[in-house]
Amino acid sequence: MNLFDVIGPIMIGPSSSHTAGAVRLGRLARELLGEPVVAADIGLHGSFARTGKGHGTDRALIAGLMGWQTDDARIPHAFEHASHAGLTFHFEMVCLGDSAHPNTVVFALKGQSEGVLRITGCSVGGGRIKITEINGFPLELTGDFAALVTLHQDRPGVIHSVTGILAARAVNIAEMRVSRRKRGSTAVMVIDVDGAVPDEVVSEVAVLPQILAVRRLNPVVE
Amino acid sequence: MEKLSLSAWLDEANASTLSFGRFCLQTQALELELTEIELSERMKQTLSVMQQAIAYGLTGVRSTGGLVGGVGLQLQQYSTGDQAARSLLGPLAAKAAAYALAANEANAAMGKICAAPTAGSSGVLPGVLFAIAEDRGINQDDLSVALLVAGAIGMVIASRASLSGAEGGCQAECGSAAAMAAGAVVDLLGGSPDQVGHAAALALKNLLGLVCDPVAGLVEVPCVKRNAGAAIIALLAADMALAGIKSVIPIDEVIDAMATVGRAMNADLRETGLGGLAATPTGLECAERIFGAKNHPLE
Repeated sequence: MNLFDVIGPIMIGPSSSHTAGAVRLGRLARELLGEPVVAADIGLHGSFARTGKGHGTDRALIAGLMGWQTDDARIPHAFEHASHAGLTFHFEMVCLGDSAHPNTVVFALKGQSEGVLRITGCSVGGGRIKITEINGFPLELTGDFAALVTLHQDRPGVIHSVTGILAARAVNIAEMRVSRRKRGSTAVMVIDVDGAVPDEVVSEVAVLPQILAVRRLNPVVE
Repeated sequence: MEKLSLSAWLDEANASTLSFGRFCLQTQALELELTEIELSERMKQTLSVMQQAIAYGLTGVRSTGGLVGGVGLQLQQYSTGDQAARSLLGPLAAKAAAYALAANEANAAMGKICAAPTAGSSGVLPGVLFAIAEDRGINQDDLSVALLVAGAIGMVIASRASLSGAEGGCQAECGSAAAMAAGAVVDLLGGSPDQVGHAAALALKNLLGLVCDPVAGLVEVPCVKRNAGAAIIALLAADMALAGIKSVIPIDEVIDAMATVGRAMNADLRETGLGGLAATPTGLECAERIFGAKNHPLE
């Protein structure tokens, strides 16, 4: 926590969790998809479902899916902008049970080039967020750092190859997490780094034989 | 999170013979790896957002949920012009209240605001700071230092208690905002570091125990009007501190008490929209009107 967390963020109201956090969840989901979103099925759970409309949560999520920042004055009119941008969307209320955070959203996204992604995330207060699941893989992604995310085959040496590329570009790893479905199948790795992830890292990781997909994420705090 | 101490910072400022604002400018610039000029510029940009929020609110905007709107303008019209003398608060305090209402109405209407410390309490600092700045002819440089004082107080509260209504009730939001504003004003008007601490303590003590009970779960009722109340308490606390009145309980202990009170609050009274004003017949009726009987906001 620093001064700018207390005197800030600068945002479109009315709620840091239900509006600003929702923008950030949408934006991170778009970055994970890695291309413009053309269709979004969005499930809202708990307080997001109950009070979302009055907080502009729905518009904030769509604004985020279009890559906007939390202080973008167009947020109240995000729906109109989405239709111009060719983004169709549908909201529904979902019940994920008591163990889910009260401000949880589930995105099913389709990208411009037919990429599809299912992402679950929640807004945990004060505009801070957490992505908790991607395509069924449990993971934790807070957007506190710039990050490199890979979907790869679960084989010996993949992590070594990726971290080697980061090391060669003098990128320091702050935190990292790996999860897999089962031994030898596919795995997801999240590497939080200090500073930014250079372009070269992304292109070099992308051509590693076991890498199925790689994404570079910006920190969510604008 | 590391527990900060406002008393320790105030003592350090005292020892260095700096005003608390100057002390905050030095220490926070170091902490954030910015020059003092860069930090001051950031604060000025924030002040500009706050000023625009007041202006947007004063256009009479209505909230997304439709429960609030236009009252900042209403109070401004009542307390200025030909019949200004009828305001019981007097021009400065009435202006602070009107601005606080307006800035928080801008928030409720999906306007651009600075969450300081939160969106729900985002009217208090703009209301107090800009009313005083206009009344006393204070420039943006001094105002940006005052904002740093407010930030320092908020950081201590965040580290020892909470700034979130969901965790600590409204005392953590409007109470913290009032403490931040009171300390900022005292520094702005030349008070000592000790007086900054007393002002923050006196403001927070007056809002201790305030619950967070938003009607329909929205940042509208009673949030907007509580911003005005917190602004007035901040001015009163600043006046008391500048008069030399001391808080018997030191600021850090008041903050710790706020944390304890927050923990003792029933969850119904911590932003869930289930208790307090939200659970009154009228509060429930408002919720039903907005979301429908079956509570299906997105259908």
